[in-house]
Amino acid sequence: MKILVCMKQVPQKDAPLKLNESAAWIREDVSYEVNEPDAFALEEALRQREKHTGEVVVITSGPARSQQVLREALAKGADRAIHLEDNAFVGLDAFNTAKAFAAAIKDEKFDLIFTGLQSDDYGYAQTGVILAELLGWPHATIIMQIEKNETGIRVKRELEAGFFQFVDMPLPAVLTIQSGINKLRYATLIGIKQAKNKPIRKVTLADVQSAIGTNLQKIERLYVPQKTKKTEHIEGSPAEIAKKLVDKLRNELRVL
Amino acid sequence: MPDTILVVVEQREGKLNRVSWETITAAQAIAVATGWTIEAAVAGTKTSALAAEVAAKKVAKVYAVESPKLEPYTPDAFAAALKQLITAKQPKLVLMPHTYQVRDFVPKLATAMGRAVISDCIGFKHENGKLLFTRQMFQGKLAADVSFASDAPWFATFQNGAFRGDQAEAGASPAAIETVQAEIADSVIRNKPQDVFKEAKQAVDLTQAEVIVSVGRGIKEQKNIEMVKQLAEALGGELAASRPICDSGWLPMDRQIGSSGQTVAPKLYLALGISGAIQHIVGMKGARTIIAVNKDSEAPIFEIADYAIVGNLFDIVPPLTEEVKKVKAGS
Ligand SMILES: Cc1cc2nc3c(=O)[nH]c(=O)nc-3n(C[C@H](O)[C@H](O)[C@H](O)COP(=O)(O)OP(=O)(O)OC[C@H]3O[C@@H](n4cnc5c(N)ncnc54)[C@H](O)[C@@H]3O)c2cc1C
Ligand SMILES: Nc1ncnc2c1ncn2[C@@H]1O[C@H](COP(=O)(O)O)[C@@H](O)[C@H]1O
Repeated sequence: MKILVCMKQVPQKDAPLKLNESAAWIREDVSYEVNEPDAFALEEALRQREKHTGEVVVITSGPARSQQVLREALAKGADRAIHLEDNAFVGLDAFNTAKAFAAAIKDEKFDLIFTGLQSDDYGYAQTGVILAELLGWPHATIIMQIEKNETGIRVKRELEAGFFQFVDMPLPAVLTIQSGINKLRYATLIGIKQAKNKPIRKVTLADVQSAIGTNLQKIERLYVPQKTKKTEHIEGSPAEIAKKLVDKLRNELRVL
Repeated sequence: MPDTILVVVEQREGKLNRVSWETITAAQAIAVATGWTIEAAVAGTKTSALAAEVAAKKVAKVYAVESPKLEPYTPDAFAAALKQLITAKQPKLVLMPHTYQVRDFVPKLATAMGRAVISDCIGFKHENGKLLFTRQMFQGKLAADVSFASDAPWFATFQNGAFRGDQAEAGASPAAIETVQAEIADSVIRNKPQDVFKEAKQAVDLTQAEVIVSVGRGIKEQKNIEMVKQLAEALGGELAASRPICDSGWLPMDRQIGSSGQTVAPKLYLALGISGAIQHIVGMKGARTIIAVNKDSEAPIFEIADYAIVGNLFDIVPPLTEEVKKVKAGS
């Protein structure tokens, strides 16, 4: 099976975020990491390749810094990478990101495309489904298991409140992967060494410009959310905090 | 003719998903601000009773979108049916709840129409004639006001809990119901869904717990869970966790709180090293009192906490457990 994995670089979970001058985006001088479900999507692709042979290709769109996620994926075992490299890619909405991906892979023949179920920065939860529609492929979302069979694949979808559902579908298809579908591997030293010789195909904004259009949605402003609840801060040394808390638990909340 | 808002409600096996009422409340608020009218649609096989239920609300009209192909749910059939309806009725704005089902088909539907979805919104603003939708970004650390930059139809989905379903206004008289037959060719549907099921039976029922001590990724390692367990025991409460803890197998799945786990409403919910992602919060925001310990003063969990302790949980938890034990021994 030939599998494409979309992997996005996002600010690290506990990176302190500051607004930039436009107040429509953040200052980009923060630390980054791979979007969490995308790491699970890569792991799943590698496992499928180990079972069925084939190829795993990773793709990202973003500035030079985002090459790091491709490097890590190659070190973990991906065969090659595609980098849509330009600062402008950061500002695309899900519709245009998917259009750029579709244009970048138009000469390839994948059996499966994996994306994460949503990104930690925009959180659109849309890019994979849009890409499927642009390619004319079926899709399934929030996937927790994938088995190949004679006619295609059987996937396990997560539904709300602890429910699941198996879905049979033909290939090629797009799947959006849920965190926790598998256990992540670490890159080995040999893997890191081998990654240096693996190809990264660069795609410029100009290469895909004719395929993308203006954004269909616009962030007018970004801001720190206003608090609606009155929160009391409990401060002091750990011992003092413990005393104050226990006093509240006993005398105000009456749970002790 | 004024512009219309079309609310697509969600049903499963002949029952309306209650978040549908929240979306109706949202539409009614937008209608007040804009002067637009509201229509609703329900799609499925036996929709007339559901359509009648929705028609009792203050809406101008309800479409019962019918086709045998709509059962069981597939994204292909739903996108096809709703595209036909939207093309025929030309609403300005299409609203839906941000459920797992909607996120499965609405990006496809909008893309098929060359349009965008502003997803998972928590509110709206109407400023100088412009409609803005507010949504969380960066896992709730920031919020954004987002506008549509394309022609109608516009699509937006609302987060679970963004509006109050019980505030959906009833109409003076039942709205008209129009049955619409959707034409869906066999070849359109590519996925074959099997029956919906629940995994192994739950061993613990956290919904009845009065005190829940819940642990998140701030706990760092599996062996540190023991420390939290001791606090839970001292308090006479149940141990629970955020999803990554259960995904890692550090605690069993049935102790997971959130949209894909249990929904709880204890007297006290103590959140230790949990950031407060919306999917976690929907499972515990009904707690009477929320105490959060997090080393990041800007963690979103503090937005809903009654008591905030900004600090290292490894410093706070052991003395807290000791103090609880001491007080209990004394009483
Ligand atoms: C469709 C879907 C369904 C989901 N369902 C659920 C669900 O049911 N339940 C759920 O919980 N999640 C769910 N999630 C995942 C959710 O989005 C978050 O990823 C998850 O809740 C984060 O868990 P966390 O807070 O433990 O981890 P993180 O977000 O990594 O937060 C860890 C926190 O610990 C703090 N911390 C670190 N070290 C310390 C320390 N020493 N002392 C104090 N604080 C510290 C950090 O500041 C940080 O805020 C779902 C996601 C999706 C997309
Ligand atoms: N710029 C990007 N580069 C690589 N993958 C992306 C990018 N944007 C979105 N994706 C993929 O699409 C998924 C869903 O993103 P979103 O629609 O923004 O929530 C992510 O988990 C990624 O797999």
